[in-house]
Amino acid sequence: MIRHQRPTYPCWLLAGGVLLGAAACALAGDHDGRPVLRLATTTSTYDSGLLGAILPAFEKESGARVDVIAVGTGQALALGAAGDADVLLVHARDKEDAFLAAGHGTDRREVMYNDFIIVGPGDDPAGIRGMSSASSALAQIAKREAIFASRGDDSGTHSKELALWKAAGHAPPSNAGWYRSLGQGMGATLRYAGEARAYTLTDRGTWLSQREPLGGLEILVGGASMAENHDPSLINRYGVIPVNPLKNKAIRGKLAAHFARWITSPPTQAAIGAFGRDRFGQPLFLPALAPRAHD
Amino acid sequence: MPTEIEFALEDVRRVYAGRTVLDIPALEIRRGELLALVGPSGSGKSTLLRLLNGLEKPDTGRIGFRQQPDLGALPLATRRQITTVFQHPRLLDRSVEENVALGLRIRGVGRATARPRVRELLDELGLAAHARAPAPRLSAGERQRVALARSLAFDPAVLLLDEPTANLDPHNVSLLEERIRRERARRPLTVVLVTHNVFQARRLADRCALLLGGKLVEVGETQRFFETPLDARVTAFVRGEMVW
Amino acid sequence: MDTPGTLGAALLDAVILLASGDAALLAVLGRTLEVSLAALGIATAVGLPTGAVLGLARGLPARGTVRALIYTGMGLPPVVVGLFVYLLLSRAGPLGDLGWLFSVKAMVLAQTILSVPLVVGLTMAALEGVDPELGPQLAALGATPVQVARTTLREARSGVLAAIAAAFGAAISEVGAVMLVGGNIEGQTRVLTTAILLETRRGQFSLACALGLLLLALTFTLNFVLLRAGERRTLPRAD
Repeated sequence: MIRHQRPTYPCWLLAGGVLLGAAACALAGDHDGRPVLRLATTTSTYDSGLLGAILPAFEKESGARVDVIAVGTGQALALGAAGDADVLLVHARDKEDAFLAAGHGTDRREVMYNDFIIVGPGDDPAGIRGMSSASSALAQIAKREAIFASRGDDSGTHSKELALWKAAGHAPPSNAGWYRSLGQGMGATLRYAGEARAYTLTDRGTWLSQREPLGGLEILVGGASMAENHDPSLINRYGVIPVNPLKNKAIRGKLAAHFARWITSPPTQAAIGAFGRDRFGQPLFLPALAPRAHD
Repeated sequence: MPTEIEFALEDVRRVYAGRTVLDIPALEIRRGELLALVGPSGSGKSTLLRLLNGLEKPDTGRIGFRQQPDLGALPLATRRQITTVFQHPRLLDRSVEENVALGLRIRGVGRATARPRVRELLDELGLAAHARAPAPRLSAGERQRVALARSLAFDPAVLLLDEPTANLDPHNVSLLEERIRRERARRPLTVVLVTHNVFQARRLADRCALLLGGKLVEVGETQRFFETPLDARVTAFVRGEMVW
Repeated sequence: MDTPGTLGAALLDAVILLASGDAALLAVLGRTLEVSLAALGIATAVGLPTGAVLGLARGLPARGTVRALIYTGMGLPPVVVGLFVYLLLSRAGPLGDLGWLFSVKAMVLAQTILSVPLVVGLTMAALEGVDPELGPQLAALGATPVQVARTTLREARSGVLAAIAAAFGAAISEVGAVMLVGGNIEGQTRVLTTAILLETRRGQFSLACALGLLLLALTFTLNFVLLRAGERRTLPRAD
């Protein structure tokens, strides 16, 4: 084909070169030579910074790279079921048991705990401050029809909230004007509760890391630290589950098993127990190996 | 020297939406001549030019070009021997000199190689001062001169002119006519001029043809065509008495 | 940890952060450009010729249907595209063996799907705005169909550049699809938009704000360059 325009257009050539280069980079892939372990976990473990603090030790020990996909518990389990992740770190015991029963995972190990608390406006219109039972507190909130903000996103925290409503003898309220199902993450739900002067159920880690902006909200049930939480139903247990390597050949079963051993090993457990002390004056997660503070 | 035939039309018919707009049983256009096609609006003159340039294909019949029996199947290099100057030329949103160079650039000529030829044409057509101006800013007359220049730039063998001077002022008309005359004096160039201006046809043409309703009424040497027409409708047309 | 109310302070932090040239920030920035430009490059390579053909072939059969499809494509919800690509690339899905899920390739694929209709549709519209008589006149000057297309594209350059700019803007500012198929993996698939989402979730508003400013600056820079490239072709009148 005969050219009929200017023979050279430096700017167009440059732009074309940049685009082609970017395409080449993207298509060449993102391999750095290390095997990759894909960890699907909940936003709470990732957003709190815990994984960022402990994972480098595993990467060094195993020579692998850990790619963290931080999603809701529901999606994390779905990733495992589809064989799109190698190992899960999640906190929804019922769903985890169902996951194992369906043959999606090899085994489950306890990794760590944290706890849930009920927070609400400092003037406490429902009068739940200091109650030792979370389900009684929810019953009281329902009775007074005080505003309650629910995650409403099928997350582990949402599952826990629904279980507490069940224990309180209420069906999870649906269309009540005081019960607001947000379909949002924990941080967004807390910010909503602060703005709307609502009660909500939150994990302590998110509460501690986001406390500052939430004007007016206080811990009303669950105590100032995990040691002061007297309701066992508020304990939030995290488990590690390697995905069944028979699902597809891309799943790194050995590496996942290695990870499960590593995260339950004494040095890692100690690191989990230490995380957050300097920043919040208390740990965000208690390791499963340590004696439980609640019994 | 025997007259060579540039275009040979046989049974050429063009139909738009069921209506026959052109119906020419036979017509030969000679190499090197200037044939003027006259006739009222809608008589099929412009359609004939588009057929000659290969922009449209006849629905029936065929058009031969030189030794080639079918104009529609010409090799690219041969097809590029034919070009048209339109009544309303579409110039590119680029400089005047780039517009004039366009035909050469299409033929693979480098910018530097094209430049002297472009400059020469711009000089001849009084456009030198506008060489670097954006073409869309030119006046109608200047635009038409650019259109002629861009067609002459690559030395075509056939120049089709579709009402090239309609609505132009006398100064521009004579500039364009003079440039066409000069080109023909310099080298053998076949020209088919579509015009509704009988005076222009008489000034420039070797032969004239009257088209009416898509049909050829009469073709003849210009002097005879105007002075002793065979058909009464030609008489009426050249006297400006035809009512349509 | 800061309050969403102190916007001014967040902006100040943003400037400081940008000036510090943080390595993680540069990694996110580089990945953002890589993904968006790769998607733009593919979308342009595919969409420009397609849009040119559709814009120039005025007699195309079923043209109305094709146009309706393209305009629908221009309004594709990114998160739906993300979901589609996710299910396609999941190990349990039809293209699972590629192993593309949660990779840069998956992000490029999703953004390409979102960008192609924009390039096609706006290129088509730009060419339809060009005088239909230009094509035959170029052909009369000896241009081949490909030369006609290229010259017409150049005549419609401002509209074509708008198409490219719109596609880039859509790609670089998109979050739903890249979050789903990329997974927001640090150092791997984290781009500006997913990083903004993460930092907002963490309550790190000044960081989120800084990333937002960077995103705006990137988009502005590319649009500026594109528009300059378009303007440069219109020459000043000679003296």
